[in-house]
Amino acid sequence: MPQARTTHPSHATERAARPQAAAPRPPTPRRAPRGARLRRGLTPWLFLAVPLALLITFTYAPVANMLAYSFTDWDGVSPELHYTGTDNYVEIFTRPELFRVFLVSGYYLAASAVQIALALYFATILSFDVRFRNLFKGVLFFPYLINGVAIGFVFLYFFQDGGTLDSVLALFGHEPDRAWLGTETSANVSLAGVSVWRYLGLNFVLFLGAIQSIPGELYEAAELDGASRWHRFRYIIAPGIRPVLSLSVILSISGSLSVFEIPYIMTGGATGTETFVIQTVKLAFQFNKTGLASAAAVVLLLIILAVTWLQRRLVPDDRVDLV
Amino acid sequence: MNHRKTLTGTLLAAALLASGCTGGGGSAKGADAEAADDPAQVSGSITVLTHRTDLVQDGTMKKYAEDFNKTYPKVKVTFDGITDYEAEVKIRMNTDNYGDVLMIPSVIQKNDYPKFFASLGTQKELSEKYRFTGFTAVDGKVYGQSPMGATPGFLYNKRIWTEAGVTEWPTTPAEFLTALKAVKAKTDAVPYYTNFAAQWPLTQWTYVNGSVSCDTEATTRLAEGNPWGEDGELRVADRLLYDIVDQGLIEKDPATTNWENSKPQLAKGEIATAWLGSWAVIQFRQAAEKAGADPDDIGFMPFPARVDGKACATANPDYNQAVSIHSGHKEAARAWVDWFTEKSGYAADNLSISTLKDAPLPEVLKPYEEQGVELIELDDTAGGKVKAIDSASEVGINGPAYRQELVDIARDAKDGDIDDFLDDLGKRWTEAAKTVGS
Repeated sequence: MPQARTTHPSHATERAARPQAAAPRPPTPRRAPRGARLRRGLTPWLFLAVPLALLITFTYAPVANMLAYSFTDWDGVSPELHYTGTDNYVEIFTRPELFRVFLVSGYYLAASAVQIALALYFATILSFDVRFRNLFKGVLFFPYLINGVAIGFVFLYFFQDGGTLDSVLALFGHEPDRAWLGTETSANVSLAGVSVWRYLGLNFVLFLGAIQSIPGELYEAAELDGASRWHRFRYIIAPGIRPVLSLSVILSISGSLSVFEIPYIMTGGATGTETFVIQTVKLAFQFNKTGLASAAAVVLLLIILAVTWLQRRLVPDDRVDLV
Repeated sequence: MNHRKTLTGTLLAAALLASGCTGGGGSAKGADAEAADDPAQVSGSITVLTHRTDLVQDGTMKKYAEDFNKTYPKVKVTFDGITDYEAEVKIRMNTDNYGDVLMIPSVIQKNDYPKFFASLGTQKELSEKYRFTGFTAVDGKVYGQSPMGATPGFLYNKRIWTEAGVTEWPTTPAEFLTALKAVKAKTDAVPYYTNFAAQWPLTQWTYVNGSVSCDTEATTRLAEGNPWGEDGELRVADRLLYDIVDQGLIEKDPATTNWENSKPQLAKGEIATAWLGSWAVIQFRQAAEKAGADPDDIGFMPFPARVDGKACATANPDYNQAVSIHSGHKEAARAWVDWFTEKSGYAADNLSISTLKDAPLPEVLKPYEEQGVELIELDDTAGGKVKAIDSASEVGINGPAYRQELVDIARDAKDGDIDDFLDDLGKRWTEAAKTVGS
């Protein structure tokens, strides 16, 4: 599903920053002179300076700024802004209709389940010897590389009356006379389908990587013991990739709650496809309620943090040890 | 633990710094951009922000600048064409650097104009010569000037309408519906095209305001009354749109409409009608030429409403050009604004209504003159208040959302009743109006 590609680009930056933070310290055989010790103490920070500066400038400062705006009545451009305390938050929680859009997330959650199942299926098959397997890997991963805006436009043509989908179905002698984006259910299902198409590749690659990190001897041993393919999947692969699987689920859920670009480009939130982020964008840029929209964004962030925390509590991340 | 504390400290400092940065722009209040007496003496290099990226790319703007240099040899003009004009300029206006000349983004509150733009003179003085001065006037001073104006109306394919047997312009919404039904029955054309997916074409319906009552105070009534009340202008407009959709007179799948494709389709007669504005005529004619259809088939008619037998069409300004209050070359910037409005030929090139009061009407509107359509200019004194109510109520008369919902209700893609829907809009509007100051 939409892998958290919205309000908080922090994940990517964090991930990029971490490996350096965790770099092993050089061994210190004996006490070095003061200057050298100082230099040694500084060295990791020198390496960290650039990523940290980027992280703070482009992630934490904007978030802090947004937090600050959420307590004001700023309209996004006026030189004047007033501090209004918690008014914005009170408004958000006293307007239940603002939360109704989360029902749309249900479609994307359901699609996430399909997506993970499909990705798991393909990853398992392609991790064994299959003809043209690299080609298939490429085909599956390719959609993830395309820009989301382009995907939106491509699929607008795809779903058009007499467009690609209709003509392909006509080839099979089935001539559906329906507007794919015409009703609430069909529009949401279509959009969720596009989402699956787009993010399947990412899940697939994650699973594939995890499966391939399982030692090959295990399969051989299992095969000698007469384990069927299903058994190998059930007792070796599934437990072996559990951490990646649970990460995917977390990303899917937070992604489903913050769906944005595909529905925004394709329908603009019309016909009951409006999501929480689209609604927030409208508040900020159409009605110039930047303060209120910032508060909404903060609320979304908190909801996602809460859901993730809950999930971690329910499904603890055990260490896997197959050997 | 210690590290964490330092980090929190840094974050806090960053937050404070960041929030301190806002609210900087526009400290110099009440500057004027005066017109120069001697064109040869005006000098400086100015940057013009424009939404017409097409004209910047195909060199038309450069040609305008060359012409301009014939009169003002010492001014250097550079253009900055911006695709997502509204969003981008809004953000740039948080700094002091937003060009010397720019189109006023619609998000700027009218009362804030003096904080961002230099005044071009008093309304009393400028309105003798120019149209639309009221749209940017704050406390009697004018802050922007539109290089051209347009009037909203139906673009239609004359050939198709004649084939359907309709030769006279409909004068009431009911007659208009009958005409569209005739188009549906007698031709293969789609009677009306919503351009639902492109979204902004739906917002054009708001410009009906003023055409129904023929009242120049229509905007004030929008601010003070209920636009969806019994005699509200927007109720008349929205009701007509609803009926068109409800009676199946639109394209089969509105959700996947395509604006660019709709131009040649209307030119070729696959689409019969669309509610847009006179500014669109030139685009559709060009599309007709490209598609090998007859450009003269594209006709233009006013909203089907008559007051004492007379049709009214409102003349509205396009984007208003203004001089930034932070410009270092205000004289040169002012020279550009004036020259572009009066001498560039921009309005004529776009078949639009000239900002100059004494200029003739464009040829597109000749039928208007023949049929005695009255061109009125709305008083925009309450324009700022309308915007404020619109934002507070989150109705969005200049956004597509509520009309998309209306179309969805009309084509049964969403449950609802049109009267309840319009009444609810009116309720939200009038309630918000109470909370908004003038």
